Amino acid sequence: MIEVLVSILLLMGAAFMVLASVGVLRLPDLPTRMHATTKASALGAMLTMAGVAFHFGDSTVVARAVAIVVFIFLTAPIAAHVIGRAGYFTGVKLWEGTVKDELRERYDVRLNRLESGPEADEQPASPEHKSSNPD
Amino acid sequence: MLAVSINVVYFMLSLALLFAFIRLTRGPSLPDRVVALELISSIVVGYVGVHAIETGVASLLDVAIVIALTAFLAAIGFARFVERGGVKDD
Repeated sequence: MIEVLVSILLLMGAAFMVLASVGVLRLPDLPTRMHATTKASALGAMLTMAGVAFHFGDSTVVARAVAIVVFIFLTAPIAAHVIGRAGYFTGVKLWEGTVKDELRERYDVRLNRLESGPEADEQPASPEHKSSNPD
Repeated sequence: MLAVSINVVYFMLSLALLFAFIRLTRGPSLPDRVVALELISSIVVGYVGVHAIETGVASLLDVAIVIALTAFLAAIGFARFVERGGVKDD
């Protein structure tokens, strides 16, 4: 019985790994590739580790499998964020079918400055309203 | 049951490794290659887990922990290298 469960978990994990690698092979540009890999490969590793934990059924093994899963779930988004940021700022070409790139009109590549949200449209705060000095 | 499915899982993970390796060699820019490397490390973590099940050696999971950790550090290092003016256009 437990063998069937472990087999199903391993097969699902491997299927998600294959899905992630098909995505990284077939998708057109860097953000879409990262969209495929980070989520699907993290889920694949999680399912594989769940299979390991069910197969051994020992508390130390389960603790290590849970540690691996937690570690992957903590680090995969951070790594994806950092790589995507670096790729965008070094000018990796986006796919020509990209519909919206909100960062392009807010970000000044030359000065390396980012304007944020609604207050970018307003005038900057006038320097006149200094606190009056009562002396 | 389990032995057959472990063989199938090995085959699927090898296929995934092959696809990621194709992207690693072809990838037009350095961040693409870093993404492929991170995917490869994740696949290898899965490999180690399946191998631990097949051989029954539970301490192989420590190897998986170390691989995941070094892959994260490598991704951070590559990203810092690219962003702090490494190769601009690969």
